[in-house]
Amino acid sequence: MFAAAALAAASLTACGDSDGSSAGSAKTLTYWASNQGASLEADKQTLQPELDKFEKQTGIKVNVEVVPWSDLLNRLLAAATSGQGPDVVNIGNTWSASLQATGAMVEFDDATLDKVGGKDRFVPAALAAAGAPGKPPAAVPLYSLGYALYYNKKAFADAGIASPPTTWEQLAETGRKLTGGGKWGLAVEGANPSENAHHAFTFGQQYGGEWFDAAGKPTFDTPQNVAAVKRYVDLMATDKIVNPSNAEYAQNQSVSDFANGKAAMLLWQAAGANLKSQNMAPDAYGIAPVPFLAAPPAGGKKVNSMVAGINLAVFKHTKNKDAALEFVKFMTSDAEQVALNKTYGSLPAVTTVANDAAFSAPEQKVLQQTLATTAAPLPQVPDESTFETLVGTAIKELFADAAGGKPVTEESVRQKLTQAQQQMR
Amino acid sequence: MATSTTPRDVAAPDRPPGAGASTKAPSRRPRRTLLPYLLLAPAIVLELAIHVVPMLVGAWMSLLELTQFHIRDWSTAPFVGLDNYRMVLDFDSAAGAELLQSFWVTVVYTVASVGISWVLGTAAAVLLQRPFRGRGILRALFLTPYALPVYTAVITWSFLFQRDTGLVNHVLVDQLHLFGDRPFWLIGENSFAALLIVSVWRSWPFAFLCVMAGLQNIPGDLYEAAAMDGAGFWRRLRSVTLPMLRPVNLVLLLVLFLWTFNDFNTPYVLFGGSAPDQADLISIHIYRSSFKTWDFGSGSAMSVALLLFLLVVTAGYLLITNRRRNDA
Repeated sequence: MFAAAALAAASLTACGDSDGSSAGSAKTLTYWASNQGASLEADKQTLQPELDKFEKQTGIKVNVEVVPWSDLLNRLLAAATSGQGPDVVNIGNTWSASLQATGAMVEFDDATLDKVGGKDRFVPAALAAAGAPGKPPAAVPLYSLGYALYYNKKAFADAGIASPPTTWEQLAETGRKLTGGGKWGLAVEGANPSENAHHAFTFGQQYGGEWFDAAGKPTFDTPQNVAAVKRYVDLMATDKIVNPSNAEYAQNQSVSDFANGKAAMLLWQAAGANLKSQNMAPDAYGIAPVPFLAAPPAGGKKVNSMVAGINLAVFKHTKNKDAALEFVKFMTSDAEQVALNKTYGSLPAVTTVANDAAFSAPEQKVLQQTLATTAAPLPQVPDESTFETLVGTAIKELFADAAGGKPVTEESVRQKLTQAQQQMR
Repeated sequence: MATSTTPRDVAAPDRPPGAGASTKAPSRRPRRTLLPYLLLAPAIVLELAIHVVPMLVGAWMSLLELTQFHIRDWSTAPFVGLDNYRMVLDFDSAAGAELLQSFWVTVVYTVASVGISWVLGTAAAVLLQRPFRGRGILRALFLTPYALPVYTAVITWSFLFQRDTGLVNHVLVDQLHLFGDRPFWLIGENSFAALLIVSVWRSWPFAFLCVMAGLQNIPGDLYEAAAMDGAGFWRRLRSVTLPMLRPVNLVLLLVLFLWTFNDFNTPYVLFGGSAPDQADLISIHIYRSSFKTWDFGSGSAMSVALLLFLLVVTAGYLLITNRRRNDA
């Protein structure tokens, strides 16, 4: 058995070699970018001129591949396992601690941080979402994001609604006025586990729930979390302001529904670029902070978004660590932070350009305010990515129940969350 | 597929000269005994590298606690013996109960899909047995699903099955008015039916192809003799066609069973990696257990248990069918 495993490891490595462009010229890096814009192709066109600039400055060529979100975590996992693949990668900041636990990422201790411009350059809250507390970050922040409520101005005016809702109760009420005639109050991405998990976190915070205890053990089925998840699913199940069809949405159809006027509200991160690509003019929609509970229960926190964002990480297996860090420094430089975040509608992850005129649009103003005052990071524990998958899938099933007319009760929510928790090891 | 056919293709033309050599030149005999092995060598190496070795590695992984803390360096993963098996096969626990549920879903799915595919394939092959105008076109048409790349085909199905914009609901609800409310196909109870439909659509052409080939080998005079004895269509089907197709069907059913039971692509593309409970096939379940929860040890334990189950079923099937053949 031992011999077989050793042999297998050797053969697997041999198979992987063809993929490792990092093994080639010392002046070439492979970079996996996440999908931030309207499409993979659009992202490539955004990034390529910047990469050319980098090559001109340093002589280091960067081959970029834009990886869709549905594949990114699996691909990172495969790269971490095999020690083959890209040198520099974008990661969802919520995965930082999970990927950190694999030990495959370069640690950004103070000395390493100095090489990319120093610790003080980065927005502290964003840097805190780059690894487990008390450990050197496993990545540095690249784009900062948060959730906001997008609403269709015309639909609101037609229904005689003067201002966007600030509480969930108001949102349900507003949604009911906007629902009817084939149109719906709100669109959700019901079959997308990550989206579901993000909302579960925010609602959880508002109800005073935590998904992990201090020791990093899952606490999925606490009464607070049950209430939080039920509140979210009830937008479809009892408020009936969400089209039941949204229970099968997982490819950003909710954004399309909002852009096409089929739904009047949407909870999303930096939807602007996507909406524009679907021909929705920026003045057709308004942006407001995500609502709170009108009467928060004891322990409820004033949180209406996760500290969302994209981090930039370097694989330890890179043969060009210096070049890779050089590239990280370039991507987090003032000029690139302004250019890229402006295109993607996100916020810079460095403090130096926070007040740049590029970030004064209403969308960015709401984001800035949210991130500065009412956003909280998802728990930075090694099991975080598993939480997103399991709880997100449980909520997907609850949406399916709601869409199919099955009652969603406290008991059924608790059962799903308990089941999810039992799959954690 | 390509690796297993190559040696056969290469070996076949070689046979005539080899056979001739044995009568003419005895001195060439040693080469003749070596040559087959040489020709087989690439296939064996590839078979080892692609099938056997990963299988053994999988078995090894199932004995480790291989989570995200250890995937980078397997040597650090704690050896846990049969703990993973105890966990996943403990049907009282949540993980075990889900595996069992997934197993039964897969059994029902496989039996239904193989059964319907076989009936459809056989019926079509028998009906197309006699030449008539347009037979070639129909044959080509029937084989199309088999020729389409699986991802493209299943993605198209997933569009067809969408609740609001899918063609299936458009036909069933808007045109035929069969349902008052638009049914869901990709989530909830109907997801099993949706999966089954796509599976049958994909695999019946293969049954059709095999049975059609088998029918070519049935001598026409058997039918003539049967007809002279006054046998009608059904009688000829029962007493001539089906018995003569037996060897083909034995292999066909086994292959379809194994393919369908292990089918990963169809549910993965149709449901996007997290299938609804009603359509949670075991391959998807194992994928979710290992890749989504980063627990490759227990995922491997499920895979090995599945492998053993399929081995037992296959061995039992071959034993029974062989014995029957010998008895006959």
